[in-house]
Amino acid sequence: MSAQVAGGSLSGAFFALLRRDLLLAFRRRTELLFPVIFLLVVISLFPLGIGPSPQLLARIAPGVIWIAALLATVISLDALFRSDFEDGSLEQFVISGHPLTLISLAKIVAHWLVAGLPIVLLSPLLALWMNLPTESLGVMILTLALGTPILSLIGSIGVGLTISLKRGGQLLSLLVFPLYVPILIIATAAVMAASDGLPYTQFLGLLLAGLITSVTLAPFAAAAALKISLS
Amino acid sequence: MNTKTAKIAKPRKNALVMFIHKMGSPPWFYNFTGKFIPWLWLIFGVLAAWGLYLGLVKGPADYLQGESVRIIYLHVPAAWMSMLIYSTMAVMAFIALVWRIRIVEILAMTSAPIGAAFTIVTLTAGSLWGRPTWGTYWVWDARLTSELVLLFLYLGVIGLYNAIDEPRKAARAACLLSLVGAVNLPIIHYSVKWWNTLHQGSSISLLGGSSIDASILWPMLIVAVAAKFFYAANLLTRARVKLLEQDMRKGWVRDVLKEKN
Repeated sequence: MSAQVAGGSLSGAFFALLRRDLLLAFRRRTELLFPVIFLLVVISLFPLGIGPSPQLLARIAPGVIWIAALLATVISLDALFRSDFEDGSLEQFVISGHPLTLISLAKIVAHWLVAGLPIVLLSPLLALWMNLPTESLGVMILTLALGTPILSLIGSIGVGLTISLKRGGQLLSLLVFPLYVPILIIATAAVMAASDGLPYTQFLGLLLAGLITSVTLAPFAAAAALKISLS
Repeated sequence: MNTKTAKIAKPRKNALVMFIHKMGSPPWFYNFTGKFIPWLWLIFGVLAAWGLYLGLVKGPADYLQGESVRIIYLHVPAAWMSMLIYSTMAVMAFIALVWRIRIVEILAMTSAPIGAAFTIVTLTAGSLWGRPTWGTYWVWDARLTSELVLLFLYLGVIGLYNAIDEPRKAARAACLLSLVGAVNLPIIHYSVKWWNTLHQGSSISLLGGSSIDASILWPMLIVAVAAKFFYAANLLTRARVKLLEQDMRKGWVRDVLKEKN
């Protein structure tokens, strides 16, 4: 039963959708780069705006990099369900008989691979620009690796709610930023603790807990939001 | 089969269940609430006048804070209300999503602007109190910050509700958002609290434990109770208007309007 046709089983549907979304993303490579370029531009504005003093930059580096990551994620979030909503594939997914929660999860994972992972991979460069101490670079990368999936997961709920709106993007930032507050606080605290030579593992533990909680709950909320938007 | 129908039919005889069923019907809700809304406004007026008179006129000024202590008669009840209304809204949102009762959807959504207003009152009154007491209008104190985030959550719910044209869909989307916010609110609250203590040691506490005097406490409690009546009266008044607006073309509204004219 489970191994009949690709797309017939739950895992088959999950990976088929993941593959499709990644393929679609890589066919539109320039669009893929927008959030990354946005991230680079925003980060480069900070030294220009507050002065190039290395100590000052090092002090604010965790906050700046994380806030830029939040902004870049929110910018890319709209693409999560938008095209599928507009061409009607989303409705096909709903009537496909597979749980919408699973479909949402596949799309969220694809979104993170496309929009979140590049931020993690770019973070050494960003840390270099912001003069972040090298000993806290590892922690910075870890917080981004654990934190950016949470951003995609929570963001997916906001996207699901605003998808039926023509100009949902502006509202989306209002909906999701308050929900990102704890992640921002914990992640920057971890990096700052590492810079000051203090223990930081408890913060990473909290982020991991947040990741596990949001993986468990957010796809259900996103699916419920999509169902409301499609009704 | 027979036993099953009997089981369903039986609770309907229960007066409370009957009452809840009736409240789900728009005309019944409209007429029933219309009868006691004036009383709610009256009780609110009397309690607010009494509490504010005790606090603002009769009560003594604080020997440390001077006359500015009187701001807390507005600030503290508003702060309590801002949190109480969010939890009330979340509970109603849950009921609205699970049982899809239209009246509850409307009640949850009309709670949001009232709660946001209380949050703004809290922040403004707090700032005005902070200036003479702490020497600054704003500090990133844990309580202030979580109140600010609460305001953003309210604004998100209101924004989403107003952005979607179809009223029931808008209400259900905004209800879901307020539930997501309710799950996150404790996490936000504790992370902000912890963030502040991390950054600047012990934070300034608005009320130092049991150090509050009865001459301040009693007027404050009276105003707090008055605020609850204000919420109930305001909520029901707004909900009735919303109901009329949504059912504009329905027969019962025409009957109501005929009675009025």
